[in-house]
Amino acid sequence: MATAPLVDLRGVKKHYVIKRSILEKMVAGQEQTVRAVDGVDLQIFNGETLGLVGESGCGKSTLGRTILKLHEATSGEIYFDGKSVNDLNGQNLQNFRRKAQIIFQNPYSSLNPRKTVRQILTLALRARGLHDLRQQDEEIGSLLHRVGLSKMHIDRYPHQFSGGQRQRIGIARALALKPRFIVADEPVSALDVSVQAQIINLLEELQEEFKLTYLFVAHDLSVIHYISDRVAVMYLGKIVEIAETDELFNNPQHPYTQALISAIPKVDKKARTDRIILEGNVPSPLNPPPGCAFHTRCSKKRGPVCETEAPLLTFDSNNHGVACHNFWI
Amino acid sequence: MDKMNSSQVLLNNGNNLNLISLKLFLRNQIAFFSELKGHPSALIGFIILILYILMAILAPLIAPHSPTTTDLDNRLLPPFWLEGGKSTFLLGTDVLGMDLLSRIIYGAQISLIVGFLAVGISILIGGTLGMIAGYYRGIFDQIISRLADLLLAFPFLIFAIGMMAFMGPGFLNLILALTFKGWVEFFRLVRGEVMSEKTKEYVEAANALGISKLKIMVVEILPNIIHSITVLGTLRLGYMIIMEASLSFLGLGIQPPTPAWGSMINDGRDYVMNAWWISTLPGIALLILVLSINLFGEGLRDLTDPRLKRS
Amino acid sequence: MLEISNLTMAYATKRGNVKAVNGVNLSLGKGEILGLVGESGCGKSATLLTLLGLVPYPGKVINGSIKFQGEDLLEKKPAEMRKIRGKDIAMIFQDPMTTLNPVFKVGEQIRESMRVHGFMETKEGNWWQRREKNKINETERVLQLMREVGISSPERRYFEYPHQFSGGMQQRAIIAIALACSAKLLLADEPTTALDVTIQAQILELLAQINQERETAIILVTHNLGMAAEFCHKIAVMYAGEIVEQGPTDEVMENPKHPYTQGLLRSIPKIGKVRQKIEPIPGTVPDLALLDETCPFYPRCNQANEACSRQRYSLRDIGAGHLVKCAIYG
Repeated sequence: MATAPLVDLRGVKKHYVIKRSILEKMVAGQEQTVRAVDGVDLQIFNGETLGLVGESGCGKSTLGRTILKLHEATSGEIYFDGKSVNDLNGQNLQNFRRKAQIIFQNPYSSLNPRKTVRQILTLALRARGLHDLRQQDEEIGSLLHRVGLSKMHIDRYPHQFSGGQRQRIGIARALALKPRFIVADEPVSALDVSVQAQIINLLEELQEEFKLTYLFVAHDLSVIHYISDRVAVMYLGKIVEIAETDELFNNPQHPYTQALISAIPKVDKKARTDRIILEGNVPSPLNPPPGCAFHTRCSKKRGPVCETEAPLLTFDSNNHGVACHNFWI
Repeated sequence: MDKMNSSQVLLNNGNNLNLISLKLFLRNQIAFFSELKGHPSALIGFIILILYILMAILAPLIAPHSPTTTDLDNRLLPPFWLEGGKSTFLLGTDVLGMDLLSRIIYGAQISLIVGFLAVGISILIGGTLGMIAGYYRGIFDQIISRLADLLLAFPFLIFAIGMMAFMGPGFLNLILALTFKGWVEFFRLVRGEVMSEKTKEYVEAANALGISKLKIMVVEILPNIIHSITVLGTLRLGYMIIMEASLSFLGLGIQPPTPAWGSMINDGRDYVMNAWWISTLPGIALLILVLSINLFGEGLRDLTDPRLKRS
Repeated sequence: MLEISNLTMAYATKRGNVKAVNGVNLSLGKGEILGLVGESGCGKSATLLTLLGLVPYPGKVINGSIKFQGEDLLEKKPAEMRKIRGKDIAMIFQDPMTTLNPVFKVGEQIRESMRVHGFMETKEGNWWQRREKNKINETERVLQLMREVGISSPERRYFEYPHQFSGGMQQRAIIAIALACSAKLLLADEPTTALDVTIQAQILELLAQINQERETAIILVTHNLGMAAEFCHKIAVMYAGEIVEQGPTDEVMENPKHPYTQGLLRSIPKIGKVRQKIEPIPGTVPDLALLDETCPFYPRCNQANEACSRQRYSLRDIGAGHLVKCAIYG
């Protein structure tokens, strides 16, 4: 891939310090840090959909929000379209916000319950700098039409819509800014199966029409498989494997990815493989295990090296990156 | 030129935004009143409260006498239905011969003005501080919250007595004494609500649109918490009115001859054995007003709390 | 063992009777696993609650019968139902966090179920001796159960509180509660939806093992077709309170007949060598209050003909125990 990436992350970390009162600090000693995102290098290229998958608490949502500067990165560099976004503020930040948008998981809390569709979308259009009322009106109409709603919905409140329709409003709000890059944070996981498919297809159509680039965050591997061009697997704040979608699903290298893929319940009998059942739970990001974070559950542990040294994400000639001691030795 | 254009659009376009928001607002109000119909106690409270407000506003028109004119010939007259009562003094007179009915009617002015002002200023101060503290947290929140905790540790009445004794009686001092601690309740409510609203995704979405923090607070979050503020405000209104009456009763609030229910109750204290009406009737006026406010406030809470909402 | 026939449960609302469960027929034998699949609001959970006699207010059973081990549960008094609930029929809810009571020790919560039903009661000795003996027996069984459901070092975890358990472990504890009185029928309402993918696999594995070892019958309510396909022996597809298709898993999944089942299967992304295009079902689930006497799926159906708008059809056997409710099959 010779072209320059649209989004380029270099060693991005996002740590949360657990706030304690002075008294607690005296008793407990040091402050505790949650390592939500712990050193991620990632490139997202123009026009592609990068799927980001992992279990709850692995930091995938935090990563998406950190890219958009909704959370401030603790360390590391984020480049958008070749320019660093780390120190943006004022008008420059405003310009960046127009190009990079987000679609949320929960269609119930992502829309202000006391605002009509018109008010919600007008706010977004104003943020883009469109103040002319007639143009706003026209644009809202065409946005609603584009996401599959009709103009008669314009003065309704969010609670008058179904989950799928609300998600469409959320998508229209993101589109209103004419962005180039959209972080879709679990956009379909709160929806019913049949509606899920409607939204996935809508997202795909919009991508084609507006030349969008997606970071698609989800925990459902079958959705990720369907929509992504490339897939990155996250575990405890780190990317453990990244590859083209087909390569990753047909030839998973990391033991965690293998377990994840085998754990998907499949309708098709022929597609079923022996299930790898992982022991135990995801460790807390408060005290991640030293070395490879996965070694506590790994079935292919090589030995002490896994407990002491964190494996690096190394790529083969197919651009298939794996962070596992089994892989590169 | 540009401005001309958009104002023309405003005039010509039937979908005028302001008009629509006004329509929506009215629709909401109408919906609210029709809901109120389904809640009899709240409706009764609301009607009585409105009657009291009307009484206060129209006091100069409906009061038969001046509230401060003494008539030493007609001292300690009983209400008209008792022996010795006169129909010109419907509820009797006090020790200086002032007409009780007129004083009660005018007394509503003081009670309601003090109540509304004290609650209004408390909301303004507490709400603003609560919004800032809840949204930004940090050191500002720490300081204000500790201050609020400190104020909460004093009993309200004793605190107000202390302040009034220190500053001396008077209308402005009374408002000051009541709001000095009154804002704390609103601060705590608004701070908590803002903290919970802030984590919702619609706020994050507004952030992602690049909308300023001030605008997010006022335009996005405020409409979602205004109901809780209204409910608490109504319930506190009754409390503030009681506080005013208590302070006036102790001689620390509104000074005679200005008619205030609290001081009227105090005036009649020495004559309670042979002229019970001087203390009792203002007391009943106070009781009914506060009761109606509380009924209305609790009804309001039932109607706006989705958990209690009947489907 | 379980025979539900023509069960109808409706909520009385201002807009008339809303039938959340509408003429459901189901049967379940010993050791069988039945999958109840459908989208939210289709009546899956309402069916389970009705089965347990826990119809939420203002719901009311207006028709049908539920025969469990030869007795009709709908004719039982509330006190008798309480004896069955948690003993013969146990339920596993979706959210383990809210199912366990946060202020009691996990071990005690498992023991509670046995205590209520007097499961380990002895008859010897005076009341004090009986009490102590019961306690010992029950505690022993709790530890054994915890071991069986895969909670390691139960001697320690018996005394822990729910918040000290992870989500997967909480769900295991709930399964232990369900098994405490050797229930013959487990009702699992989306038991893995709140859990992570790898934990989901663990819990399903555990349920399958319980089913095999104890011959416990299970009704699994889920919206995940893949899970139903892998785990269940029989599947019933529900739509708008009705069962629209029912049959052995392989038959329903590989040879779906009802347009709704076909649509559901087409709308989920499948992992395979070739990427099949997903096709959503247009529209949304209908408002149950507005249903009339026509096929509820008719407005969204791609195979509807003009007759569908006029009458509704009943479940029809098209061979091999495969039942379909659709005009195409009469």
